[in-house]
Amino acid sequence: MSERALGEDQLVVEGLSVNYGRIEAIRDVSFRVPAGGIATLIGANGAGKTTTLKTVSGLRTVRAGRIVFEGEDISRVPSHQLVKRGLCQAPEGRGTFPGMTVEENLDMGAYTRSDRKSAAYRADMDRVFTLFPRLAERRAQAAGTMSGGEQQMLAIGRALMSRPRVLLLDEPSMGLAPKLIQQIFSIIVEINRQGTTVLLVEQNAAQALRTADVAYVLETGSVARAGRCAHGVDPRG
Amino acid sequence: MPGTSPPSPLEPNRVVPLSTFLNLTFTGLVVGAIYGLFALGYTLVYGVLRLINFAHSEVFMWGSFAAVWMMTLLNARAGSGGPAAVLYLLLALLAAMAVSGAVALLVERVAYRRLREKKSPPLVALISAIGASFMLSEIMGLRDRIAGWLNLDGVLGDYVRPARENTQFVNPLPNATLLDVGGFQVRSTQLIVLVAALAMMIALEQFVRRSRLGRGVRAVSQDAEAAALMGVDQKRVVQLTFLLGGLMAGAAALLYLMHIGVTRYNVGFILGIKAFTAAVLGGIGNIRGALLGGLVLGLAENYGSQLFGSAWKDVVSFLLLVVVLLFRPTGLLGESLGKARA
Repeated sequence: MSERALGEDQLVVEGLSVNYGRIEAIRDVSFRVPAGGIATLIGANGAGKTTTLKTVSGLRTVRAGRIVFEGEDISRVPSHQLVKRGLCQAPEGRGTFPGMTVEENLDMGAYTRSDRKSAAYRADMDRVFTLFPRLAERRAQAAGTMSGGEQQMLAIGRALMSRPRVLLLDEPSMGLAPKLIQQIFSIIVEINRQGTTVLLVEQNAAQALRTADVAYVLETGSVARAGRCAHGVDPRG
Repeated sequence: MPGTSPPSPLEPNRVVPLSTFLNLTFTGLVVGAIYGLFALGYTLVYGVLRLINFAHSEVFMWGSFAAVWMMTLLNARAGSGGPAAVLYLLLALLAAMAVSGAVALLVERVAYRRLREKKSPPLVALISAIGASFMLSEIMGLRDRIAGWLNLDGVLGDYVRPARENTQFVNPLPNATLLDVGGFQVRSTQLIVLVAALAMMIALEQFVRRSRLGRGVRAVSQDAEAAALMGVDQKRVVQLTFLLGGLMAGAAALLYLMHIGVTRYNVGFILGIKAFTAAVLGGIGNIRGALLGGLVLGLAENYGSQLFGSAWKDVVSFLLLVVVLLFRPTGLLGESLGKARA
């Protein structure tokens, strides 16, 4: 199987432009994330990948263009309201809460859920611990004292606790050892298999292309190339 | 008259009786707990916004007047005692907390919110805070004239005059001596103040640590963007933070009145600096640090005034602040609301 059957576009970004002050950070960026698939935005440092993702998450103001999630325009929706709608981002690097324990961090992922402390909540917590056994070992440890890789896992696990339909990942491989990168990517594939659509921003193009169904290449703030990936290469192999 | 002159700082070698030392320690802890409670407002807001809310001193002052006015309204008599006295004090506590909480929310709304939305530099917010502080203080100090303009002078006479002098707080609870061992005394009012202040602080700490909203506060203080991504509404968290700080300042104001007995329109100025000092001493942004800083400051003031004379009280406490910060620049327990989790 070289290409998977993919659903309708769940997240559509059209002609997105964002400024930092007077400086244009991204210009006319368009891409589509198919339901049930993995889409990736790749590009060099400073190409605008993180800005694009932060704008989708509502952390940056849209100057022009629009972001459509499951048929609704979310361009002006503030970031804290997106989690409840089913869109959640794991921020890049050490975007965990350093003074909270692993368990408290995961609990923050469930902040908007009304069923906290229920069986479903416990099951989701267990699912994260199954995906990331390291986190289970360190339940009561403060996130700020953990390694970069462990914090990356925690950031992903925390996002999963919100039960997102689309998971946004910002450079999950940043600063990690090659072996750990392999591990993180195979977990991303597993999360996707369990039914979550993934939008992945990566600098590690080779790894990202092996994992994703569709890819967009950002160069200096614009999409330079787009296309389907030759999926089917096992990212673990 | 060498016999009556104040002790000179150059002759500190006087023997202090143990009972005096114990009394100084106890009253130092009482005052220190009030400082700590007051300091929470500075620490909470700093933790979330990295902003020193200089108008917090006036939040306290307004709470103190709310307590005084509640006693006037209830026509309370000093030392009357009985269940009514307890009820009166609880009503005064509620009034002080409600007014302080409301003033804190007002300050956030009027002096800060718009600046934050416009992403103004921190210095602008500081100036705005100082302006708000003067406004709040002078409105209280000119309340007799304001009442005069509104022709309410007659009706509100008891509440507005004299606007720029000390106003007495009527404490209906008698101040009994609970313990007297060789000169070391524990009075009921002091004990109530100490226990109440500690109880309020424990309640606040538990709220911030355990409740969902409290976790939101900690999340924003540790990483505002990540908190937003997890669905925390920062605007609500900021309001909650101001409200909590205001409620604690209101409680501190009532306890202060029970201990000291008077307030005035500018009482917040020096006390606010003390409470702010307590917050910095313990580690600003750190809830337990506020308590520790308050207690250390209260003790230092008392010991300092005994050793060098009461005129040197503030010199000793601020010298202590400077020395502590020289060796521990982030305060005794270090910075950050979240890292104080324990």
